[in-house]
Amino acid sequence: MNSDEILARITPYMRETFENDVLEVRADMTAEDIEGWDSLSHIRLIVALEREFGIRFTAAEVSGLANVGDLIACISRKLSG
Amino acid sequence: MRWGIESLSWLPVPPTDFPAQCVALKENPRDIGPPVRALACCALSDSQLARLAKVIAAARDRNPAGIEGLRPFTLGLLSNSMSSLLVPALVATGARYGFDLRVVEGAFDQVMQEALDPASRIKAVRPDAVLLALDYNGVPGLMDDLTADGEKAVESALDYVATLLGRMRQAMDATMVVQTVPVPPEPLFGNLDFRLEGTRWHRAVEFNAGLAQRILADGDILLDVAALAATVGLERWFDPVQRVLAKLPFHQAFVPLYADWCVRLLAASTGQTRKCLALDLDNTLWGGEIGEDGLEGIVLGQGSPEGEAFLAVQSMALTLRERGILLAVCSKNDDARAREPFRRHPDMLLREEHISVFQANWSDKATNLESIARTLGMGLDALVFLDDSPAERHLVRLALPQVWVPELPDDPSRYPQALLASGCFESVAFTADDRARADRYGANARRGALAQECRDLENYLRSLEMTAVLGPFDRVGSARVFQLIGRTNQFNLTTRRYTQAEVESMTTDPTLFTLQVRLRDRFGDNGMISVVICGIDGDIWTIDTWLMSCRVINRRVEEAVLDEMVAGAKARGARALVGHYIPSGRNELVAGHYEAMGFSAGGKDGETEVWTLDLDGYSSRLPPITVVRCDEAPAA
Repeated sequence: MNSDEILARITPYMRETFENDVLEVRADMTAEDIEGWDSLSHIRLIVALEREFGIRFTAAEVSGLANVGDLIACISRKLSG
Repeated sequence: MRWGIESLSWLPVPPTDFPAQCVALKENPRDIGPPVRALACCALSDSQLARLAKVIAAARDRNPAGIEGLRPFTLGLLSNSMSSLLVPALVATGARYGFDLRVVEGAFDQVMQEALDPASRIKAVRPDAVLLALDYNGVPGLMDDLTADGEKAVESALDYVATLLGRMRQAMDATMVVQTVPVPPEPLFGNLDFRLEGTRWHRAVEFNAGLAQRILADGDILLDVAALAATVGLERWFDPVQRVLAKLPFHQAFVPLYADWCVRLLAASTGQTRKCLALDLDNTLWGGEIGEDGLEGIVLGQGSPEGEAFLAVQSMALTLRERGILLAVCSKNDDARAREPFRRHPDMLLREEHISVFQANWSDKATNLESIARTLGMGLDALVFLDDSPAERHLVRLALPQVWVPELPDDPSRYPQALLASGCFESVAFTADDRARADRYGANARRGALAQECRDLENYLRSLEMTAVLGPFDRVGSARVFQLIGRTNQFNLTTRRYTQAEVESMTTDPTLFTLQVRLRDRFGDNGMISVVICGIDGDIWTIDTWLMSCRVINRRVEEAVLDEMVAGAKARGARALVGHYIPSGRNELVAGHYEAMGFSAGGKDGETEVWTLDLDGYSSRLPPITVVRCDEAPAA
């Protein structure tokens, strides 16, 4: 799965978690750019993505993500690994 | 989605436009109680619960007096871990149980301070209940493997909880809800832990038992989180990553389930309890259809996996009856035939004397459930309805939202787990009155009087989005046509049986007009459900065979079929259709069929009634069914 495909799959979960149904997600977005992306909603998002992709993030990964691109790269690594 | 307790699969899936509905409710906050409750009654994820909680919060901001249609309830939440993610889930789940639930959190990890401080946040709001949500880290001494002496450690842990409860009881008049404590699956020795005093595992077992038996006073209630964690599995319940990341007491994916377990208990403690289980019959209590398959043909009993699965459903119903839940039957069937297995089938566990109200007839199930409730003198909100058919469940939910109708997995082996895990019969006490209830209500399998007015079926039928696919007999369908001709008894005007070879020869017979009818609806494909054979004789057509599967009765499919027959006959210059009704002893259901379809009586020929329809005067009743014709010429 390439980055665009992963982006397309995480977008509905980001829209649901941050309650923004028209959110256009880009790889360079950070928590600063998206209203409602705080540490608690971050956990919700991670849990939803773990379920969607059938993967598990480590504590270091969850706390070390700088932007959406990092998240996509991390998912991509796990899916191919 | 796969069936699962974790995903609250007994609740219907949320509507696809859930986000849009939330937006609309936020913008137009009038009378939002019922629509919010309807959304809350779906299997919502934790994000969806959070979103619905915001809708509720916005409505409350506008009208601090409360949300109309929901009952105000304030819950204090004292926790030693991160509980902020629980709060929105509890609020939205509250609406599922009819509460306008306000949750007031104590300060983070300040449980004892909250209990001791006379001016604490929680005490200030005078809550209806306080949930003491301590996990294994919140009970001092519980986690210290082998330190000091084990027995004392458990005693001091119990004393700690008793002190907390005592202080809070002094300060307020609230129901105390205390949790049992599961511990992570991290054994010290292994199997020995259960026997060895002083291990975490041993201490947790002792502590939980001590809570239940000694610490809780009358009126306190126990939220058995240890059982909940065991239900889904300790390995999955505890998530070490989330604990270090955000101090979550358990995996965030279980928040919707935890919230439901918690609020169902609050609901039970405020007197919301269901008292009657209404049961469908065919494919719910036994496999197959009693009307079609007969006493010998239904699947029930030891010897086949399916038969044992249905026994387990009956056994569950009997067990519920012993704890005071009344049983009723609500089935589309002929009354006498439906009672036959209860009287004569050797493997039936359920007998007529166990059934307080027996409603087997051809009215819609919502109407029958109303008469069950009325006969028992209960509200509709005391009923639970178990039915294998997704379409029937949908109808009942639509017509009577007060009745609890659990979604069911495909496999009847899982019905008992699905029903019991749903918590529909959650109760905080078991009284002598409960024990005696079933017998007191009499056991004569009464039949309630049917409601005079029938439900508005029109809306329901439209919501089914039915499509009928009609066409002449063909090679592919002939095996199923043969099967329907051979086994349909109830909706069968003439009960003429034909061999498979005869059916196959009909596919090319120019003196016949034939129809095979398939029906799809929003719940899936019902397959072939109706068959017509018409003899063409000049301008008079005679209906030799008209039958339909009972699964699709009361859906106006027969009207669509008649439209098609009339169209076919007119196209070939016919003037009239003639129908016969031959009583077979099993087809009373269609005794009035031709009259209802607008045919005129044309006398009797022995037992056979003759009915005629003048095609010139015919107009369709426009049943809410999309018709698709498959007109391919029959294979040569």
